[in-house]
Amino acid sequence: MTTSNQHSTTTTTTATAAGAPAQVLRHRMSFARWARELGWRHLVGVLAAAYAVFPLVYVLSASLSASGTLTGSNELFAEVSGANYVALGGTKFWTWMVNTLVIGIATAVGTVLMGAAAAYAFSRFRFTGRRLGLTSLLIIQMFPQMLAFVAIFLLLISLGQVVPALGLNSKLALICVYLGGALGVNTFLMYGFFNTVPRELDEAAKIDGATHAQTYWTIILRMVTPILAVVALLSFISTFGEFIIARVVLQSESNWTLAVGLYGWVSDLLEANWGLFAAGAVLSALPVLALFLFLQKYIVGGLTAGSVKG
Amino acid sequence: MSSRTTVVAGSGTRSGAGFAVKLVLMALVDALGVFGVLAAWRAESWGILAAMVALLVAANWVYFSRRTLPLKYVLPGLAFLLVYQVYVIGYTGYVAFTNYGDGHNSTKSQAIEALLVQNERRVEGSPAEPLTVLESGDELGFAVTDEDGRVEVGSATQPLEPAPDAVVGDDGRATQVPGWSVLDRAQVLERQQEVTTLRVPVSDDAEAGSVRTQDARTGYVFRSVLTYDEAADTMTDTSTGTVYSPNDDGQFEAADGSTLPVGWRVTVGFENFATAFGDPRYAEPFVQILLWTFAFAILSVVTTFVLGMFLAMVFNDPRLRGRRIYRTLSILPYAMPGFLAALLWSGMLNKSFGVINQVLLGGADVPWLTDPWLAKLSVLGVNLWLGFPYMFLICTGALQSLPGDVYEAAKIDGAGRWRTWRSITMPLLLVATAPLLISSFAFNFNNFTLIKMLTNGGPRFDDASVPLGHTDILISMVYNVSGLDGTAPRDYGLASALSIVIFVVVGVISALAFRQTRKLEELS
Repeated sequence: MTTSNQHSTTTTTTATAAGAPAQVLRHRMSFARWARELGWRHLVGVLAAAYAVFPLVYVLSASLSASGTLTGSNELFAEVSGANYVALGGTKFWTWMVNTLVIGIATAVGTVLMGAAAAYAFSRFRFTGRRLGLTSLLIIQMFPQMLAFVAIFLLLISLGQVVPALGLNSKLALICVYLGGALGVNTFLMYGFFNTVPRELDEAAKIDGATHAQTYWTIILRMVTPILAVVALLSFISTFGEFIIARVVLQSESNWTLAVGLYGWVSDLLEANWGLFAAGAVLSALPVLALFLFLQKYIVGGLTAGSVKG
Repeated sequence: MSSRTTVVAGSGTRSGAGFAVKLVLMALVDALGVFGVLAAWRAESWGILAAMVALLVAANWVYFSRRTLPLKYVLPGLAFLLVYQVYVIGYTGYVAFTNYGDGHNSTKSQAIEALLVQNERRVEGSPAEPLTVLESGDELGFAVTDEDGRVEVGSATQPLEPAPDAVVGDDGRATQVPGWSVLDRAQVLERQQEVTTLRVPVSDDAEAGSVRTQDARTGYVFRSVLTYDEAADTMTDTSTGTVYSPNDDGQFEAADGSTLPVGWRVTVGFENFATAFGDPRYAEPFVQILLWTFAFAILSVVTTFVLGMFLAMVFNDPRLRGRRIYRTLSILPYAMPGFLAALLWSGMLNKSFGVINQVLLGGADVPWLTDPWLAKLSVLGVNLWLGFPYMFLICTGALQSLPGDVYEAAKIDGAGRWRTWRSITMPLLLVATAPLLISSFAFNFNNFTLIKMLTNGGPRFDDASVPLGHTDILISMVYNVSGLDGTAPRDYGLASALSIVIFVVVGVISALAFRQTRKLEELS
């Protein structure tokens, strides 16, 4: 496998390398005498891909196995049946899925709206307390909200005695808690991006008589769409997998998220529930996976924006 | 600058539609806010009431004043931040200095009431009163007939009050009570548990006692054997004559040192911290867990970074055919939600049935998750699988943005491949990715989900008196000690104190890191 790859690549080397930047070309050319150079890269590539993909293949196979037990899932694709997927209908799985999507989407939308607004203010207005605000945000974001889960639990007990919808076991309360962490985490990412949008655009709009709100909604937000997508996606994914606060806040089974529910299956009866879990895992991973591959370009850009910005 | 924006905001022609939207939104916010304020008033939660009024006033001032332009954009996020992050962190700090937890859950007056209710005994020689079990909605109630044939009705939340309209049957029991339906024998049997534990207070005063029943046909008056003397602030057990007075721990204590079971929360100074560092039950696991937390976080960053960087460099060869496929396949684990991956691996690493032992190792019996050291190795291994794609992504991005002229200079100076890597690529990569490595460290320092889902902290330490294990990290120790999942007695005070320790560690490391990367200087 690797040898054949190696041959085919060496023949096309010159063609591909011609398109590469000059320094890369020269850098590589000086080592070109190692004919096997690309071979081991393929070997590493195949190993890495196998390491990365094996668990995913395994869970797919386990979800299709008819027996639904851990032992029965060990022979990959020995049998293909939809039994586990059908059985999910008899559980609370789809309720959890809906809960997770509702909580994730609401949090993502709220995070983007509030984070972008704050980033706009910090980026475009000069006001007393601006520096202090930015510094405070920087300090606050060092302290992850999840560490305070005991205090969150106690706060929600008190709030629940006043307004039950904001108390324990309420999805709305959980969304509110997540939104509390929105500003600290994302404002800086957005702030940096907002600063790259030329101020001349705002000035021009101002001269044309646009109010600050019109400038914000119709001009700035359009210019920063990529970062909005990244923040929404990151927020959705982190909410999707958040466990500790969801576990503490949501108490009745019909309010659980996927993370809480699937943990319950595996921790209770690992052996018996394995097929169910595998099917559930495949279905819950699919939306995230699809979103991820679809927006891969943005994510990579967003991640590296923080690191290589200089 | 600020004056200029103010002028513009003030003089600019408001678009009618935008102003209408603002009015509608603010009306909604005000309506909800007033509702919340009234609810807080009814529930007598003065702290919440004050916070709601403050937020409401702030919102109206910010959105209807012309001098608060920046705040118009910051306020929504700020409000959530203040309540759900700043306040809870501050509250954690307060709870850390109290003995809040099982046995010390409430205020002193609530504790006194609970003690009175819990220590009720049947009053000696009290008459047996004919009793009927009633139901209204979901709530159960009792109707009791006194010696003069008068019927009184009450429930757990509603003390007894006369019900002159009730119809009394031949045996003296009420057969019809307006507003309630009478339960028959079968219904009573069905809800036996609820009926025998139901306590209907005689009056609003907890010392007046209650009516209870064992057979659902006769009720007796129960009164507390404890009496509370408000003036002396003491509890007296009337059956033994023991006098209990409040101590510093928030409990009633007798002269012989025995205490009553329900206490209230008091501030205890640094006692929780002393427990974490000094109590032999906690101190030893705490030190072990602290060390492992650091080891886990550091090793996770190092292993994922090394593998990620290695792959990034391997695939960073433009001649490599199919590298897009390798890249896409290699970053797949990053798209897998962490909790699913950890659960999945916990099954795959299962000692008796897992695919790793059964298939890949041909039926071996390796205790991946149940041996202290192998469990640590497994945790790191799984985290490597989860984390290397992220490092791969950022290293790929950083590699592609490295300046080409430096490499040329190195080549001219005759630097070899290894030398170039060690003196140029590696340092530049580290500089570019340092902030992300720091945040990766902070993330793994609190990677609760992975530990909880993969090993649940296990294998447990030999000392079974504390719910802790060899792979527990600080955050999962906090979770277990807090007792919020019901497996251990609740100790919010100790849990919060441990949270404070994590806050300090993470805060110090982040501060040092930010200083290093001079992020603060970018602010202006």
